[in-house]
Amino acid sequence: MMRFDLLAAVALGYVVFLFLVAWFAERGAREGRLGWLRSAWVYTLSLSIYCTAWTFYGAVGGAVRGGLEFLAIYLGPSLVFFAWWWILRKMVRIGRRHRLTSIGDLISSRYGKSATLAVLVTIITLLATTPYIALQLQSVTLSFKVLMAGEGAGPHAAPADSLALWVAAGLAFFTILFGTRSIDANERHEGVVMAIAVEAVVKLMALLAVGVFVVWGMSGGPGPAIAQIGKAGLAEGNPFGDRWLAILFLSASAVLALPRMFQVMVVENADERHLAVAAWAFPLYLFLISLFVLPIAAAGLRLLPAGSNPDLFVLTLPLAAGREDLALFAFLGGFSSATSMVIVATIALATMVSNHVVLPLWLGLRHMRGAEIGDVRELLLLTRRLSILGILALGYGYYRISGGSTALTSMGLIAFVGIAQLIPSLIGALYWESATRAGALAGLTLGALIWGWTLFLPSLGQMELLGMVGEDGPFGIAWLRPHALFGSHIDDPLVHALVWSMVFNVGAFVLTSLLTRHRPLEHVQGAEFVRVFRSGEERLRRGSGRAASGDLLLLARRILGDREAGELFRAAALAQGRADGMPTPTPRFVAELERRLAGSVGAATAHALVSQIVGGEAVSLEDLVAAAGETVQIMEYSARLEEKSRELAETAAKLREAYEALQRISEQKDAFLSQISHELRTPMTSIRALAEILQEGDDLDPDRMRRFAGIIHAESVRLTRLLDDLLALSVLERGEVTLHLENAALGDLVDRAVASALPEGHRRLEVSVDVPADLVLDTDTDRLVQVFINIISNAEKYCDAAAPRLEIRAERLAEDGQERVRIVFEDNGSGIAPAERERIFEKFVRIDGTGGVGAGLGLAISREIVERLGGIIRCEAGRAGARFVIELPPVAAPVATPSAAPGRGAA
Amino acid sequence: MGEEDRHRQERAENGTGRGEPARLCLVEDEMAIAEAISFLFEREGWQVEVVTDGAAAINAVRRVRPDIVILDLMLPGRSGYDILRDIKADPTLAGTQVLMLTARGQERDRERAAALGVDRFMTKPFSNLELVGTVRMMLEGAGEETEG
Repeated sequence: MMRFDLLAAVALGYVVFLFLVAWFAERGAREGRLGWLRSAWVYTLSLSIYCTAWTFYGAVGGAVRGGLEFLAIYLGPSLVFFAWWWILRKMVRIGRRHRLTSIGDLISSRYGKSATLAVLVTIITLLATTPYIALQLQSVTLSFKVLMAGEGAGPHAAPADSLALWVAAGLAFFTILFGTRSIDANERHEGVVMAIAVEAVVKLMALLAVGVFVVWGMSGGPGPAIAQIGKAGLAEGNPFGDRWLAILFLSASAVLALPRMFQVMVVENADERHLAVAAWAFPLYLFLISLFVLPIAAAGLRLLPAGSNPDLFVLTLPLAAGREDLALFAFLGGFSSATSMVIVATIALATMVSNHVVLPLWLGLRHMRGAEIGDVRELLLLTRRLSILGILALGYGYYRISGGSTALTSMGLIAFVGIAQLIPSLIGALYWESATRAGALAGLTLGALIWGWTLFLPSLGQMELLGMVGEDGPFGIAWLRPHALFGSHIDDPLVHALVWSMVFNVGAFVLTSLLTRHRPLEHVQGAEFVRVFRSGEERLRRGSGRAASGDLLLLARRILGDREAGELFRAAALAQGRADGMPTPTPRFVAELERRLAGSVGAATAHALVSQIVGGEAVSLEDLVAAAGETVQIMEYSARLEEKSRELAETAAKLREAYEALQRISEQKDAFLSQISHELRTPMTSIRALAEILQEGDDLDPDRMRRFAGIIHAESVRLTRLLDDLLALSVLERGEVTLHLENAALGDLVDRAVASALPEGHRRLEVSVDVPADLVLDTDTDRLVQVFINIISNAEKYCDAAAPRLEIRAERLAEDGQERVRIVFEDNGSGIAPAERERIFEKFVRIDGTGGVGAGLGLAISREIVERLGGIIRCEAGRAGARFVIELPPVAAPVATPSAAPGRGAA
Repeated sequence: MGEEDRHRQERAENGTGRGEPARLCLVEDEMAIAEAISFLFEREGWQVEVVTDGAAAINAVRRVRPDIVILDLMLPGRSGYDILRDIKADPTLAGTQVLMLTARGQERDRERAAALGVDRFMTKPFSNLELVGTVRMMLEGAGEETEG
């Protein structure tokens, strides 16, 4: 009897030792040292996670209960490894080539990357592994109890019970620490593998030590020991019955399909050649570990009290002989078996759960919400860790619900039957090209349902609670009785469950596969998997061929557009000398296509998409993660692109506007030249005609002669004025104006303008001026007066009232805190039509019917001048007549008015 | 200059073909030009009706029914093109020729006027001899047509 704290300390110390092993191995691997970590021997030893606490303790129990039956559990895997060249080599090759992360990944990938299949396999393996993990927890707890108090519940039972929880928690910690260090499922877990290899050695040594002690120390040597086996009746009876065959099949299936076996065998495989070593070394390991099972069983039956739990002989025999040290060693062996299994199984399952269930769901949700993808790696890490916790919690829960009552062996076998449901789909995946996704789904679903109904649910011991009475069948339906399905009479529930689940699984799988057709990707993947050993060139030709070309064209069209895709394919076909425009998907063409697609959707996505069709390399998690990352980039990029194209569109619009403005300016220039030409020709016409007349001039009367001379003079003046105006306007427009700013009273300027525009005596227009005397402007007075004159003389010329009157008034304005001076000229004529009010400021525009003598430049010049002075001039609707308004900057304005800015060239 | 006077008389009579003075209509808004041209034509012995407003031009032409309309292009009220179109569209004015006289002498204007059926096109400024010669030629041509 040992103290709990001593045992706990030993167990804890052992775990710490494992931590150190894992840590050093991981560091060594990271630093590139310790190449031997990846040797065939470590690989072989890591395979020994097949031997869990079940084999460590339960084999003896199995031998006691079923004689040689237990051998089947070792024989199945051994057969599989002997046949490694046909099965394992293929699985490892496929796993490596397609970068598969789990058994679920393999099956889903083979059947067209079916997400449904992946989820289904994940659920089945999760259900099957849960009792298995419970089994490990139970064995650890049991061994604790035994070492503390001998068999049965002692005073320390309570701490031992809660022990399972602590063990689960500790394992979760270890697994999270070393199992989720790197997010990439394909990256190997050197630390974990090394720890497992060490544990493999410990458990083998422990069992051998106990065996040697039992044979030589307790049974008097090999001879008597063998005799005792015969006496105990352990080798009697026909072991090769239905159950033996069933277990042989189950164990062989398990080594192929158990998630943890796939993890160490395929995922952690560093070199395919390691398999050749493992092919004989692993069966040897199994042989050694099973070597002393029968002697220990016989000794236990002979030496221990009747009713002793044969599952614990490995511990109780040394204890009975007073060898507590040996018992402790055996305990560590069992502990090793349990922990290594739990760690690897949990890693494998967590990978499946996070990759096949959580990540797709999350990505789908995010996609639906339209949110950005974010850091998928962080998410993966988190889901892996949560999955590990969840899986261990499930195992612990199952342990608590099943009450730890079920015998170790039966718990293990329940799990095996569940795992065996994967076998038809797995074997089909590897060897039967015609197997379809629908077939795999049908087989897996039916098989799993029957397994759950006939074995898994009954093992929970809750059937009665569910109201489904096992004896009479659910709702009294006899043929649904869990242990006598369809009224069959198979005594052994295990064989019963296996037979029925397999019949339905295989039947549904084969029939559905025959009845359904491949989708294109399934077809490709099927060929990829089944013909994995063919050369790449051949695979491409065979696996894809013309069908793949069509798919590739579809894909290319969707991404590149019809035209570009068509051109690409035609060119490739031409280069290959094909007349039909459909190139053979040679590696060269596929690579070229991938490059073209990558330009649009990014390399990873392109690779993933093309690979889906052509095969070659499969779409791995990294591809997806990279694709997700690229998607984010592409989204950002396209957002930027949109921004850019919007800017581009704006620029284009501006350019168009500028061009149109230029066009207008050019047209205006033509019109202007034509106008000038007209304006010059008109006075010159009369000057020339009259001058010619005067030249002849013999019979002209003097009055007429004078009159003609007068017209010539007036027209010459008009010409000169026109040229002056043009020059002035040109100077103003080019901004080459020198403003002579000076202070002047506005009233004075108005008076000057009136006097100049309306010489005394000829005044037709009556002018009234109302300008505050204190209004002083800082302005170019000459030019402003010129503007005033223009407006006043226009009023005189065009005001058509009977008694034409012009009102000139000025006022201060304060708008938006800016002071301005507003000068209004308003006559009492018929005014200017609204449509003309803006036009009259254009060059050469004269309002029809006025018969004016000007060239129509006056107001254009006025506007230029006012703007140079920093003001505005406009024509408004007056009370009745025309109203011109000039607004100028503040009194005593700063010299640099806006329009006198350097850009306009004002000096 | 006696030679010239004789010519003038002859032309004036030839112009009508009936011994009556030729009737001309001058549509021109520039008073100075109108005065100069009127003087030149009247000196030739032709009757000249001056219209300064584009809008009033077609009515004046219909009323006067001149042998030739001397038509400016840039007119207030109604453009020379429109007046030309009106004249050519009016069957009662079939015998009326149009001499377009404009300061806008661009090829475009010439083509447009030609398309509208203008008989002669001259640009301002002109030489008096050329203008009078052109009108005389037009009058003679018309006279020959009516006689023939």
